[in-house]
Amino acid sequence: MNQNSQHDAKRELHKKTLVILAWRNLWRNHRRTAIMLAAISVGVWAMIFMSALMRGMVDDMLGRGIDQLPGHVQIHNRLYLDDPSVVNSMPEPQGQLLKSLDQEGISKWFSRVKVPAVISSEQDSRGVILVGINPSAERETILSGAKISQGRFLESGDDRGVILGEKLVNRLETRLGKRIVITSQDPDNNLVEMGARVVGIYKAELPSQEEMFLYMGKATLQELLAIQGRVSEVAVFGDDYRDVTDLSAQVAAAIDATDAFTKQKIVHKTWFEVNRYLGSIVNVMDGFVLVWIIVIFIALSFGLANTLVMAVFERIREIGLMLALGMRPSYVTWQILIESILLLIFGLAIGNLFALLSVYAVADGIDLSAVAKGFEMAGMGTTLYPLLLAKDMLSANVVVIVLGIATSLLPAWRAAHYDPIQALSRAT
Amino acid sequence: MSSLMSLAWRNLWRHKRRTWLTVGAMIFSNVLLVFMISLQFGSYDMMIENSLKAFSGHVQVSAKGYSDEPKMRLVIEDIESRAEQIRGAFPELVVAVRGETFVMASSDERSFGIQIAGVDVAHESNVSSIPGLITQGYYLRPTEQQEVVVGKVLARNLKVGVGDEITLLGSGFDGSFAAAVVIVRGIFESNITELDRSLAQISLASFQELFNMGRKGHVIIANAPNINDSGDYQHEIQKLMLVGNKVDHGLEVQNWKELNPGLMQAIKSDMASAWFMYIVLIVLVSFSVLNTQLMSVLERTREFGIMTAIGLRPSSLGKLVLLETAAMASIGLVIGTGLGFMLSLYLNEVGLSIPGMADMAAQYNLLDKMYPAVDFISISIGPLTVFFACLIAAIYPIIKLQGLEPVPAMRAA
Repeated sequence: MNQNSQHDAKRELHKKTLVILAWRNLWRNHRRTAIMLAAISVGVWAMIFMSALMRGMVDDMLGRGIDQLPGHVQIHNRLYLDDPSVVNSMPEPQGQLLKSLDQEGISKWFSRVKVPAVISSEQDSRGVILVGINPSAERETILSGAKISQGRFLESGDDRGVILGEKLVNRLETRLGKRIVITSQDPDNNLVEMGARVVGIYKAELPSQEEMFLYMGKATLQELLAIQGRVSEVAVFGDDYRDVTDLSAQVAAAIDATDAFTKQKIVHKTWFEVNRYLGSIVNVMDGFVLVWIIVIFIALSFGLANTLVMAVFERIREIGLMLALGMRPSYVTWQILIESILLLIFGLAIGNLFALLSVYAVADGIDLSAVAKGFEMAGMGTTLYPLLLAKDMLSANVVVIVLGIATSLLPAWRAAHYDPIQALSRAT
Repeated sequence: MSSLMSLAWRNLWRHKRRTWLTVGAMIFSNVLLVFMISLQFGSYDMMIENSLKAFSGHVQVSAKGYSDEPKMRLVIEDIESRAEQIRGAFPELVVAVRGETFVMASSDERSFGIQIAGVDVAHESNVSSIPGLITQGYYLRPTEQQEVVVGKVLARNLKVGVGDEITLLGSGFDGSFAAAVVIVRGIFESNITELDRSLAQISLASFQELFNMGRKGHVIIANAPNINDSGDYQHEIQKLMLVGNKVDHGLEVQNWKELNPGLMQAIKSDMASAWFMYIVLIVLVSFSVLNTQLMSVLERTREFGIMTAIGLRPSSLGKLVLLETAAMASIGLVIGTGLGFMLSLYLNEVGLSIPGMADMAAQYNLLDKMYPAVDFISISIGPLTVFFACLIAAIYPIIKLQGLEPVPAMRAA
């Protein structure tokens, strides 16, 4: 017992000595250490900062895309996604489904009628997507990315007016208060027409959206299309778009609880199933961030290995002497490894710090209006907000420390396996 | 000079492992840069080509304001003789004309708002990829009227196949009601969602008749033999169009960059983020070189002291270190570029598909297989930047040498 604790104390002392030795060795060649530290810091900074910018970009795209889809999970007629026609509608949620949708875990939901249509002014006509909404339920969602620049928002589901995007207004050469004609089809493929007054004009961040979507009261649109009580889609929102597993299961259960007929007709889809482009972005980005971190690390690893090889090389005599005096080879290995770990930890600390500062410095967003149209192609707005994920920061640090140690193993192991006599007799 | 060179070369191999580790960093980054940059350029080319081939062409002539706000009444009078005029002046260009508008297309079961283009059937296949992308049926025939080709998704949405009828409803040039029944002759698949979903083509003659256009049309498309010349042709055509212009509203001649601002900006922003990555990579390699060269200078203090004592000037020592760096960087340049070149060349043959990228690629009009562009610039720009960055990294060790005093240097441990 006593002997054991004495042994422990001795080991403790050895450990301390090794750390002190490694620390001092590190600063024997302070220029080299400083350059290596700078390299690690720049590398780590780039890993984290770039990831934050990329994530910010994707987050913006997803946020926008999901608001436009809309919803984290959608319910619609089984055939609607393939054939987004008025024919493939579903009954408005009622009874059991309505009850399930109003439960906890679902932060909001709304139903829409969404059909393709042609809209004509006196001057011109355009193909658009007609969206019938319940203004009180959707106000926030629609106005989060857009604002009413003229006139008013819709007042109720049976509001007879329509609101158009600014761009569409220009294309049609119409204006607030003028009448436009909406042409679409009813489920029996009869053309239906309706004159409506432009009561509001909205400005969206993405001009393509302004041109595409025309909003009107849900009840008015249902009446026009002769589909009273039916909608195209139900959009369901949870708390976080990143994790919709529970939400999806909840909606599935809700559908399952409906009567046999409805159950057969409707399906639910998560946002990434509805829009595969948006869905693939997240995975592509995960892959990209990891590849980026590893590429940077490999570029760093050459320098790291080099530094250690040099550090061992110029101390061959010294190491030989230590071995000759009876130091265990494993201690020599540890000494080199600790040296490398200290270097990595300091580099990581500085790199992380600068990455945090950089992210903080651009937290208000980076203005990208100069290339706005290019970003629109990707579905992005004009300001890029970095998004620092703990996950990315963690992977950067883990990759650097784990692979860094792996890189150091060989030089450290070689150092311990010099023949003391040969090492000592070697000229510097 | 040559003795300095052989000295540098020998010095390089005094520490084989160190040299190879440093060269290894260069090779790694050079291969990566060659691969990434050629892939990047390749995908830009593809993006541009796919977009231009499918719709805009290299140079477009239209009524002033039409490209911003494509309105029915912004027309070019007697469009085909205008096109002939361009063909006559520049026989090397391929020229086609189009009329464009929106209509409601209805089949027995469905109705959709679509864009309809009246095309010059004989010339369209020279400027656009659509005639070559017919997957079912055939493309339009110059002699036959009342035929239409539609995108694949549109055909599916309308639930029509080859031989079925579609009713087109819209408003004519003079605001009159325009309606026609056309027969689906072919279905095209461009893989550009927007086109496949909402584009149909009919012959220009049918278009002019249907919409009461007379001999008018909306755009003239001219493709140059080489896309890089499109700017020159733009100016030439501009001059040509001005000569016989008797219409009160002018014509506008634009090149593909002006017609696709989104495309250029997407490329620009992608370029910027890519260069951020490349620069980080290059900086890391430079640190590696800086470290190596600084070490090799410091450990040779005594040696350099002796060399200066026997008459070598510090500037020659500087040259020596620069030569060593250049030799090292050259090895990295040659091997790295060579390997990268082979990789890119190979992928240029077989194509590269990254799993999970297909949906993303479609957003930018790319195919799911990408082909790196193998040309002098895309291959050499990365490695050359690395090469010069390495030489710059050697400056600090060289500066440190300039203050070398022989006697203290020889006494150094």
